Amino acid sequence: MASASAKKIRPKYLSLPAILFQIRLPAPGLVSILHRISGALLVLPFAAWALYLLDTSLRSESGFEAIRSYFQLPLVKLGMLLFIWAYCHHFCAGIRYLFLDIDVGIELRPARISSFAVLLVSLALTAILGAKLW
Amino acid sequence: MVKRLVVGAHYGLRDWLAQRITAAIMAAYTLLALGVVLTHQPITYAVWKDLFARGWMRGATLLFIVSLAWHAWVGARDILMDYVKPDGLRLALQVFAILLLAGYLVWGAQILFR
Repeated sequence: MASASAKKIRPKYLSLPAILFQIRLPAPGLVSILHRISGALLVLPFAAWALYLLDTSLRSESGFEAIRSYFQLPLVKLGMLLFIWAYCHHFCAGIRYLFLDIDVGIELRPARISSFAVLLVSLALTAILGAKLW
Repeated sequence: MVKRLVVGAHYGLRDWLAQRITAAIMAAYTLLALGVVLTHQPITYAVWKDLFARGWMRGATLLFIVSLAWHAWVGARDILMDYVKPDGLRLALQVFAILLLAGYLVWGAQILFR
């Protein structure tokens, strides 16, 4: 076992392509990093956007109608789709973490299954809510 | 398990717990808001305005925004502690996060109670 005990070079620095393409993140890891990314996106810009939409739509009838026509713009719809996905993913993954916190589903198999479920359910919810938007 | 000497500082348990409690509040509000929107179709300006004129809706929405600010602060702090190593930059970004979330809180309250 000489080769296994050979001293490895530490710390090991990885290039960005290596991080992106060589290391295959397991599904729970993917859910985790997407939970962070979606959380950050929800804080900025989406929370600000939501407040702007609420503000304008409640301010006056013309504001409400302006928001309605604003939602017809393709770029706005695309942004809304990303907002909906970030919310749904953060919501579903968050519920998974609440269960993990109370030691439910922490074995490898259920943890993998639940992480795939989070990815799929949040995409499905995005599709359903997005379809309503269109 | 790391053995630590308890010397009076807090170790993040309160933040951890607050993040979970605020998450549960926001999840409940999400379902409530979804239910309200689905049962008030079609949403016209009059319906929308009337909805946010109700005390319970204003209260619930304010509770949501307070929960959001608190929850997001814990999350922002976690992310900044993990990825931003220079102390000065991290401090600056943490101050920015606090000001941003406080701004959301004030803005939200202004929208709900004007």
